[in-house]
Amino acid sequence: MYDFAYHKPSSVADAVAARSGAEDGTYVAGGMTLVPTLKQRLAQPSDLVDLGGVGELKGISVSGNTVTIKAMTTHAAVANSSEVQAAIPALAALAGGIGDPQVRNRGTIGGSIANNDPAADYPAACLALGATIKTDKRELSADDFFTGLFETALEDGEMVVSISFPKPEKAAYQKFDNPASRYALVGVFAAKTGSGARVAVTGAGQDGVFRVPAMESALSTNWSAGAVDGIAVDAGTLNADIHASAEYRAHLITVMAKRAVSAAG
Amino acid sequence: MPTVSMTVNGKQVSGEVEGRTLLVQFLRENLHMTGTHVGCDTSQCGACVVHVNGDSMKSCTLLAVQADGTDVTTIEGLADGDTLHPMQEAFRDNHGLQCGFCTPGMVMSAVDLVKKNPKASEHEIREWLEGNICRCTGYHNIVKSIQQAQQTM
Repeated sequence: MYDFAYHKPSSVADAVAARSGAEDGTYVAGGMTLVPTLKQRLAQPSDLVDLGGVGELKGISVSGNTVTIKAMTTHAAVANSSEVQAAIPALAALAGGIGDPQVRNRGTIGGSIANNDPAADYPAACLALGATIKTDKRELSADDFFTGLFETALEDGEMVVSISFPKPEKAAYQKFDNPASRYALVGVFAAKTGSGARVAVTGAGQDGVFRVPAMESALSTNWSAGAVDGIAVDAGTLNADIHASAEYRAHLITVMAKRAVSAAG
Repeated sequence: MPTVSMTVNGKQVSGEVEGRTLLVQFLRENLHMTGTHVGCDTSQCGACVVHVNGDSMKSCTLLAVQADGTDVTTIEGLADGDTLHPMQEAFRDNHGLQCGFCTPGMVMSAVDLVKKNPKASEHEIREWLEGNICRCTGYHNIVKSIQQAQQTM
């Protein structure tokens, strides 16, 4: 690992100031992706601004039909939150299936979505539930936030502060995980909301997480596993690697979508 | 160089580190506590699991500076003098180890499980061990060890 200057601010304002004062700095949340990346010398930031000491970035609150999770909340905290379990059980279950227990004790929702790994779980939940991502500067819809492979709408130095999830009528997430890494080969989050169905796929897309409009319109008229039975995503838009071909991933998307709709009830 | 201070197994310690020093390096190389192992060094195998403020974490994927001010427990902190911790005793009783390399991480991970979910089913125990890899035992005796410790912890 290349060395760097380390900063541990205790407020969002101080963190933004430390980041903007750095030549080529980066924020670190839980570090579950960044620390391995640094160890492999795939990144060489001049400064690391650790958000672990920023108390205002931690916590979960439910107000009316909205669940708001602050950026530095760990996966374990979301999975074990009785408030999230009651309001959006699919979201708590998704958090409880990320990585392994030690990763869940450290990794955060803000870090996950800011990284936008194409096989990460949280981006699918944000997109399917129509989440709103609040940064230190503005609010963005999930549809506008995730822009490509490891790419988001975040500008240089902009920080995710919290994510607000509207409570769906019903929802479920089904993941076909790589048996070694537990990353999603394909993960499908299906949600029935007041304004129709939303289906988001992670693990498969060449440009990262994406929605499936054909499944959404079928499910909006008929919320049942049978409604998505014959609907396949074009394999030409999907990833192929040593773990799975694009055609296999396309097949899995339909299977996981059916399972998600069945699991949601 | 940054200075870090933390509580390790109940003792206040401090030392100078680089920003890039990993917690496991601080434990092994600065404090000479070599019970915590480095296996894969890529946060998959779990040989390096310690408790930070009561939660199990992989100390090869945590910077020492990130653990500044925390309360750390390592495998060396479990036994009470010559009396093994019930989890360690259970691993001995059930032959829950062969070469022993993964054992510190297995034990620390298992202790965290039994504290948080004392009545975990066999399935839940196996799921919890997702982040700990053992090349020798085939896991059966590790699971048996944890089931014994569920009764004795």
